[in-house]
Amino acid sequence: MLTTSASPIAAIDPVRPTPGSAAPLRAPTVSAKAATTAAPTRMSVGNVNAFYGEKQALFDVNLEIPDNAVTAFIGASGCGKSTLLRCLNRMNDTIPGASIEGQIRMDGIDINSPAVDPVQVRTRIGMVFQKPNPFPMSIYDNIAYGPRTHKLAATKTELDTIVEKSLRGAALWDEVKDRLKSSGLGLSGGQQQRLVIARTLAVSPAVILMDEPCSALDPIATAHIEALIDDLRKHTCIVMVTHSMAQAARVSQVTAFFNMGRLVESGPTDQIFTAPKLDQTQDYITGRFG
Amino acid sequence: MKELSPAARARYFRRQLVDRLMGGLCVLAAGIGLVLLGLILWMLFSNGIGGLSLSVFTNSMAQPGAAGGLANAIVGSIIQVGLGAMIGAPLGMMVGVYLSEVGKDSRFASVVRFVNDILLSAPSVLIGLFVYQIAVSPLGGFSGFAGALALALIAMPIVARTTEDILRLVPQAYRDGAVALGSRENEVVRKVVLPAAFGGILTGVLLAVARIAGETAPLLFTSLGNTNWSTDLTQPMASLPIAIYRYAGSPYPEWVALAWTGAMLITVGVLSLNILSRFSHAAISGKQGG
Repeated sequence: MLTTSASPIAAIDPVRPTPGSAAPLRAPTVSAKAATTAAPTRMSVGNVNAFYGEKQALFDVNLEIPDNAVTAFIGASGCGKSTLLRCLNRMNDTIPGASIEGQIRMDGIDINSPAVDPVQVRTRIGMVFQKPNPFPMSIYDNIAYGPRTHKLAATKTELDTIVEKSLRGAALWDEVKDRLKSSGLGLSGGQQQRLVIARTLAVSPAVILMDEPCSALDPIATAHIEALIDDLRKHTCIVMVTHSMAQAARVSQVTAFFNMGRLVESGPTDQIFTAPKLDQTQDYITGRFG
Repeated sequence: MKELSPAARARYFRRQLVDRLMGGLCVLAAGIGLVLLGLILWMLFSNGIGGLSLSVFTNSMAQPGAAGGLANAIVGSIIQVGLGAMIGAPLGMMVGVYLSEVGKDSRFASVVRFVNDILLSAPSVLIGLFVYQIAVSPLGGFSGFAGALALALIAMPIVARTTEDILRLVPQAYRDGAVALGSRENEVVRKVVLPAAFGGILTGVLLAVARIAGETAPLLFTSLGNTNWSTDLTQPMASLPIAIYRYAGSPYPEWVALAWTGAMLITVGVLSLNILSRFSHAAISGKQGG
């Protein structure tokens, strides 16, 4: 870890909140919808084009992602919403042939700048996948994975505290506190998804990306996760890709609609769902296409 | 059922006949294999069990007429196979990890994979001659170490191949999850991928050990064989396959009987390793839950 706060690496250091982020992190949110307009920008996407080899997946995308809010990406399959999500924490770097143009900034720092280590980016920006992917190890070890990797706990007691806090944060503590040593794979699908959310929370990310986090879950487990997302939003910035328009309407404050690799329209969720500016958005939302 | 036309009836019976014929041939083929295996085992045990006595394990090989055993050959085999596995297995695992996690489909990895496949199917006598060239003639004589080296060269490609195959079975979701938590490549492999594949890799190593335990040809020009008790790695060393090879062709009945007993011991050892490998795999997969 570097110490100079002027360097971009220090600015996204996982253990130390940056000066810019401290205020919005503690700002109390009054009501779900009011947060939309009040929250400052956490991430901004500027003129982004993304490619898989020759094939262009994103065309000139511009978007501001507010803090302390859920931003939902909606659109038909192959519209580029997951690509953009994976660009936000540089997960696309791991795909051979993937490349990106334009700027993605977090707290004003270009995360694609050569001075920035992608590993640091991913420590500050967590990700939850479509299919729950607990590691084949105990519940405790799953949560402790991140803190151990980044040496966030000096003692066993500190690690225990982080594990408990993360599991409580993901509303899973009461269900698993008596069997922390048993395998994470023994949990139900919904519990597994909360386990991986807890695993993400354990490294205190400023942003959590979720790629259709409920699509592999039943309605009751979905309701649990949605309640959890609404809770997490109070302290973090959440970006979620979803195929369910109802889910976007239920949990998000900002909605961005994508089609054919372009951002068609974005704005407060209320406005997108009740008074979209473009006919194309209207058509998608009302189910006339897609 | 509706009455069928004569032509349809003929077709029906023809298909039924072919079906039964094919099924019968498959059962016959499986039966031939089983009977042959049974005959081999029967022959081995009926000829070998008679020679089994305590002196086989306590006495070294001796002149015809004297009370000889196989103690030096058993211990020599254990030393050479053990050392060979200790050299070959880690090397093979590293090659497997490289192929699956680092090189993947790169040009160099393809070449390595191709060469490994050639090594896998190389005649073992060739491996023996190669080791003779590099470790016997330059160092001035046959040695147990050269034998172990030859066995290591046979074990390495087997372990490399099984390790790669097993690692490729580890779900990509585990790697993505670890990367998204800010792990570096080596951390992903060390902390998530290898532990998840541990049972399978262990199985591969045990099967490689079983394979080299029965190898004769690579030892002919390397450790040579030794009728006296010796655990000195710099001197010629006895081994069960070589003892069998020498004794089975001898004119002395007590030597031939010892050869049968030795063959039975190797077979029992290899069978136990195979059973153990299945057992360990099941036990470890069971521990990870599912």
